[in-house]
Amino acid sequence: MNRIEQRFSTLRAEGRKGLVIYIGAGDPNLEATHRLALEFDRVGVDVLELGVPFSDPLADGIVNQLAAQRGLESGTTPPRVLDTIAAIRRESQIPIVLYIYFNLLHRVGVAEFIQAAAKAGVDGLLVLDLPPEEADGYEGLMKAAELCAIWLVAPTTPEDRVAKIVRRATGFVYYVSREGVTGMQQTVSRSIGAMTDVIRRHTPIPIAVGFGISNADQARQVAESAEAIVVGSAVVNRIAEFGRSPELVAKVGGFVRELAEALKPR
Amino acid sequence: MSVMVAPATAIADKNMPDTEGHFGQYGGRYVPETLVYPLQQLEDEYARAQTDLEFQRELSYYLREFCGRPTPLYFAERLTRELGGAKIYLKREDLLHTGAHKINNAIGQILLAKRMGKTRIIAETGAGQHGVATATVSAMFGMKCVIYMGAVDCKRQELNVYRMKMLGAEVVPVQAGQKTLKEAVNEAMRDWVTNVRTTHYILGTAYGAHPYPVMVRNFHRIIGDEARRQILEKEERLPDLLIACVGGGSNAIGLFYPFLDDPTVRMLGVEAGGEGILPEKHAARFQGGSLGVLQGTRSYILQDEFGQIQQTHSVSAGLDYAAVGPEHAWLRDQGRVDYSYATDQKALEAFMRLARLEGIIPALESSHAVAAAIERAPSFSRDSLIIINLSGRGDKDVMQVAQKVGLHMPA
Repeated sequence: MNRIEQRFSTLRAEGRKGLVIYIGAGDPNLEATHRLALEFDRVGVDVLELGVPFSDPLADGIVNQLAAQRGLESGTTPPRVLDTIAAIRRESQIPIVLYIYFNLLHRVGVAEFIQAAAKAGVDGLLVLDLPPEEADGYEGLMKAAELCAIWLVAPTTPEDRVAKIVRRATGFVYYVSREGVTGMQQTVSRSIGAMTDVIRRHTPIPIAVGFGISNADQARQVAESAEAIVVGSAVVNRIAEFGRSPELVAKVGGFVRELAEALKPR
Repeated sequence: MSVMVAPATAIADKNMPDTEGHFGQYGGRYVPETLVYPLQQLEDEYARAQTDLEFQRELSYYLREFCGRPTPLYFAERLTRELGGAKIYLKREDLLHTGAHKINNAIGQILLAKRMGKTRIIAETGAGQHGVATATVSAMFGMKCVIYMGAVDCKRQELNVYRMKMLGAEVVPVQAGQKTLKEAVNEAMRDWVTNVRTTHYILGTAYGAHPYPVMVRNFHRIIGDEARRQILEKEERLPDLLIACVGGGSNAIGLFYPFLDDPTVRMLGVEAGGEGILPEKHAARFQGGSLGVLQGTRSYILQDEFGQIQQTHSVSAGLDYAAVGPEHAWLRDQGRVDYSYATDQKALEAFMRLARLEGIIPALESSHAVAAAIERAPSFSRDSLIIINLSGRGDKDVMQVAQKVGLHMPA
């Protein structure tokens, strides 16, 4: 069983909600990414979602765009991200999903990329700009490599399409809780529960909800209607704030621990 | 410009794209999930509009009465005489309202937006011609309009920024990356993902996710339809060569498409050679590019070994873009259309030459097509015919060219 599936099955058995944390790889450098990954594992993160920096991140808001820019400036390439994951794997079994734009796979060859990712210890891929209609070859390759193909469902996705998407889902379904790019927001969308109900009509696979969750209260609120929540920009913002400071890992780790605490059953 | 024009025997399959927007291995719909359903709705609405006589009537009405179609096919007598080869005709898209072919598509798409009940319009622009066209039709139909434009382009095409503002559009300068067209597209897509329920994105070139490449082509095919009829009236025969500049490729595909089944008509697309074919010095995707996926579609793009998109350069903001429309990649593979490039220097020379010989100041984009014609026409016999798509006028480029040619300008 893949580490992601393993983790969600443990969560279910223990009656806990999952915490998925997104950061940009190589922000401020890959050494920091490595240390953050280990810290996240220690403070109770269930899945690490690692953004591979891309020159044209058109689905991302300004916070994650800047993280990608810092990643590129620190010399972060896809092979170096995979090397870092291989190094993390020697110390941690935290499930890892790569959040990636399709051109980075396409350039080296989808098959080659997937094999290299599996070999490095990646557990799943979330390819932002690859809808199922364009993914025929991709799905077979992912299955063969025993990687989870994580699919997105959006508020604009009609129910017949939800059914079509989640039929392919492995690991978890990622529900993008609002229309827009990645980023933080003051309040979380009220329609989350309605949409997760729709998704559940078509799949037993766990649902993670993301896009815009930025604090413990929101995390708790969203977790009521999903198996896991994703927090990205709020963490990335703190990485930007502390940058290369020696406090980086402790400060960011502290914030993430609060989120993990908020999700614990009371 | 060293690529030879191959004899045209191949007939490309005009039944492209397939139902999912693929032109062979190119095209498709590579977008975040939030945009998939809105793109399907746009595709469906466009399909309905194509068979709706009322929509077609309204479109032709505005193209005729508001935009000024048909545009002339003008015999460039002095240029022809001076080059001493083929007879050269200019398809005068520069005479359209707003000054370029872009209005053909902007009118078509805003009529679709109206049918879909959208109240807000967004667009990207490079040279500003698509931005001006979009601002114009938004003003006409009373819709709110936001135009994304790279900060570098705002500076080099300042005249068009003022025009858009006068027309009531909000112009947002984009500061990311190299601050040109590619970044403007990214920002427009971010806006669209966020406001998709109220907003229609009038994409300005034959690029992006399905149905944009085929829809934009069809709104521009009127260029080739008219040119074909006009040349048959004037010369009683088809042309030997069509030449058009290629950024995303909308003016070129508009001219080429109606001639694809005419095996004796050869076609040449001219990309921006910038300062020469060296990394980050040009925007000639068929010279220095490779197969990739960018901004919704699969085509030739300028990228590094890891798939990061490379910087581009062209004197012409409208051609300064890292990717080319998927149908062009397909037509090139079929051997139906040839692609070459013109450098900044050659384009500037062509700009001045057309102004001095014909009394027509072309856009810097179109000047790339003129440069290719200047190079090739002399090797054609005097009874052969070349049509250049003069896709836009050069008012917007006057200040930039005056600086660039500086001392070299004849007194």
